[in-house]
Amino acid sequence: MELKVNITSPLKGRLEAVLFSSDEPLRLERLQSIFEVDLPQLKDALQELLIDYAQPGRGVVLQEIAGGFQIRTRSEYAPWIVKLNRNRTTRLSKAATETLAIIAYRQPVTRAELEYLRGVDSGGIVRTLMDRQLVKIVGKKDVPGRPLLYGTSRHFLEFFGLKDLSELPNLHEFADPDEVSLPLEMDFDGDGSS
Amino acid sequence: MALSYEVKLDTFEGPLDLLLHLVSKNEMDIYDISMSCITAQYLRYLEQVQEQNLDVASEFLVMAATLMHIKSRMLLPKAEPEEFENEEIDPRAELVQRLLEYRRYKEGAQQLEEYPQLNREVFVRPETVNTVDDGASSAVSEVGVYELVKALRELLKEPPEPIIHAVVKTPLSVADGIQHVLQCLRQQQYLPFRECFCAMPQRDEIIITFIAVLELVKLQLCKIVQLNQHGMIYLYPSDAVRSGRVTSVDGIKSEYH
Repeated sequence: MELKVNITSPLKGRLEAVLFSSDEPLRLERLQSIFEVDLPQLKDALQELLIDYAQPGRGVVLQEIAGGFQIRTRSEYAPWIVKLNRNRTTRLSKAATETLAIIAYRQPVTRAELEYLRGVDSGGIVRTLMDRQLVKIVGKKDVPGRPLLYGTSRHFLEFFGLKDLSELPNLHEFADPDEVSLPLEMDFDGDGSS
Repeated sequence: MALSYEVKLDTFEGPLDLLLHLVSKNEMDIYDISMSCITAQYLRYLEQVQEQNLDVASEFLVMAATLMHIKSRMLLPKAEPEEFENEEIDPRAELVQRLLEYRRYKEGAQQLEEYPQLNREVFVRPETVNTVDDGASSAVSEVGVYELVKALRELLKEPPEPIIHAVVKTPLSVADGIQHVLQCLRQQQYLPFRECFCAMPQRDEIIITFIAVLELVKLQLCKIVQLNQHGMIYLYPSDAVRSGRVTSVDGIKSEYH
C-alpha cells in the first residue's frame, strides 16, 4: 500500500483560523480577498476542511450557510452548550413557524395573501417575525393600495442552517385541482359515508 | 366523561387547521368532503369553545358561514345545461383548494421545525464588538429605519422618573442635544446608542437627543451602525468629534430654536 503523505498548503490552516474567528458566514469573495489566492485553490482548501470536519467524533462542522461558510457546532452537542450559555432562546411558536414557512415558500407575499392561506389574522405574528429579523419587507406589490411584500431575510437562512432557499423542505405535491375531477354527488346523509 | 371531553379541547391555529383535523379524523377524502358532516362537527366545536366562555375568533365564524353557504349551494338543483356550457364548478372547489394548500404549508412548517435551529441545536461564535476598528469596516452594517425606530420606542416605553416637585422646565433645544451627544462621543471609539441618553431621561430629552443623533449623522459627524442584524446599535464618532475638534454645531442653533 502506498502511503501518501499529504503536504497541505498553509492555506488550509489559515482558512480554518479565519473561519473559526468569524461570527458570521464568510463568502468566497471575502475569503479570496483575505488570502489573495485563486478561486480553485481556495475551493480545494475549503473542500479539505469540509472533509476534515465531516469526520466522526468532531464537535463542529463546516457548513455552507446563506451563501457563505461558517463553523457551527453539531446539533447533538446542544445540551452541553445550553448548560454553558444558560440564556434560553425563545422558541418559535407553532403559528409563527407556520407563518414563516408560508412566507418562505411564497415570497414575496402580502399580508392579505398570507392571511388567506392561513385563514387567520397574521399581523401580530408577522411583526414578531420581523422583530426577530427572520422576515423583512422586500417591496410593495403593484396593485391598488400598494400593500407591503414580505420575504425571508438572510438571518432566516442562518437560523435554519440553509445554504439558500432551495434547501427548504420539499413541499408535498398534490395533484393539480384542475386535473382531479371533483365528484358532484350530493351528500346529505350527514355521516360522510356515501 | 362529558366533562373531561369538554376540558380537553384541542387548539387550532385557525379554521383551516380545524377543518383539516376534522377531515382526517373522519377519514374523509379531501376531494370529496361531506359538507353536512363537516359543517355539523365544525359548529359543534365552536359551541364547545363558547360553552367554556372562550371567545371564538371571528375567522372561525367567517368559516362557519362559508361552510353553510357551500352546503346550501350544494342543495340547489343543478343549473340547466344550456345555460352553463362549461362544466359545473363544485361549490367546494375553492375550499378544497385552500385546504390542500394549507396542508402543504403546514407540513412544510412541520419539517422546517425539525431542522436544527440556531441557538437551539446549533451554535456559532457570538457576535463580537472589539473586532471593529472604524466605521468603514465591512463587518458593520447600516441600521435600518425600522430598527432605529424600534430602539427609540424602547426608550420611550420606559417610565420617566415620577415628578414630585413642580419645576420650571428649561426648554431644551436640539443644539443643546447635539452638544450633549458630542460630549458623550468625545474620546470614544464607539458608544452604545443607549449611552448617549442619561439614566432616567424625560420624554422630551429622549426626543431631543434622538433628533440630535440624526442631525449628527446628517452632518457626517457620526455614524449609526450595528454589528449584525440582531445586534446592538452603536454610534461611531468621526475623527473630528472623537478628538474634540468639534464641540458644537453652530449652524444648527438658528435652525432649531
